[in-house]
Amino acid sequence: MSIGIADFVVPLFVVFVILFGYLRRVSIFEVFVEGAKEGLHVAIDIFPYLAGMMVAIAIFRQSGAFDLLASVLAPITQWAKIPSDFVPIALMRSISGNATMAMVMDVMRQEGPDSFSGTLAAVMMGASETTLYVLTVYFGSVGIRKWRYALPVGLIADAAAALGALYATTLFFGK
Amino acid sequence: MINLVWLFFIVIGMSVAGATGKISTVTSAIFDGAHQAVTLTIGLVGILAFWMGILRIAQEAGLITIFSRFLRPLIRFLFPSVPPDHPAAGAIVMNLSANFLGMGNAATPIGLEAMRQLQKLNPDPTTASPAMCTLLALNTSGLMLLPTTAIGLRAQMGSLHPSAIVLPTLVATAIGTGVAILADRIFRHRSSSKP
Repeated sequence: MSIGIADFVVPLFVVFVILFGYLRRVSIFEVFVEGAKEGLHVAIDIFPYLAGMMVAIAIFRQSGAFDLLASVLAPITQWAKIPSDFVPIALMRSISGNATMAMVMDVMRQEGPDSFSGTLAAVMMGASETTLYVLTVYFGSVGIRKWRYALPVGLIADAAAALGALYATTLFFGK
Repeated sequence: MINLVWLFFIVIGMSVAGATGKISTVTSAIFDGAHQAVTLTIGLVGILAFWMGILRIAQEAGLITIFSRFLRPLIRFLFPSVPPDHPAAGAIVMNLSANFLGMGNAATPIGLEAMRQLQKLNPDPTTASPAMCTLLALNTSGLMLLPTTAIGLRAQMGSLHPSAIVLPTLVATAIGTGVAILADRIFRHRSSSKP
């Protein structure tokens, strides 16, 4: 299996940076500790943003509001003759990574990992990042409160990635 | 924007819970969400500290400047407002490379370092700059070579060819990233032409 790349790149990168720094006479451990201290502060800065967003998402999901939204949009999948999981997964992909993974696993369990729906779900999962999480963490880390047009751009890209996943899965695996 | 999203999630969630007689789920959802924020942050603390430490070494040694030279034309095209020799350019290059190679837990700290550098160029520290929006457009669309998590999940669920999704996923993510860059451009132009 071809999962090895990251396992290989990360250690090499770390060793390279430390060695390069040492040869350039950087006081490597001292500088590392300084940077690490800032990392800790960044995490503390992110937390309140994450707490606010995660609570809102949990309320939206657990109240059944998400399921309601998905069921309102369900006729689209029937009309377009695509797997019924497409719309809920596409919506959740922008909102929560963990919940998306749970939904993808559920499709794989029910339809099989190599079924069309199961493959499509995996491609959708891999084709995009969790927009709301990325925006919350990145903007939160530097205290940006006005996101401007970043959210619409992220959501438009998510929709394109979901449709791209449908197109590519159909292209490669047919139906 | 963020205020509206937040309001939407909470008000719609509570209304649906109230209308369907499940208002008690809201209380447990508040607890779950808060708990999840703690878990996510705790998960990030160690990895953020480590990678920001390594990055600081790379910066002191002049490595980040060297990195930024590799993809200078790309940076100039995508981030016209970032001076090519600014540390932000190097951090952006490293963030995009880490994402592309699937170094997931290194990509986020490096991306946050890029945000810190971009913040130094930002005239209004509470409002996102166009360069930040472009960086996030690229990060949310998640262009990567190998979808390791999805492949791992398929393997775990008993797929016969877990890595068969590599090519279709690359096509899908390329479409998403292309549209992200395009949409970012259009929105950037529209917002800069307004007074």
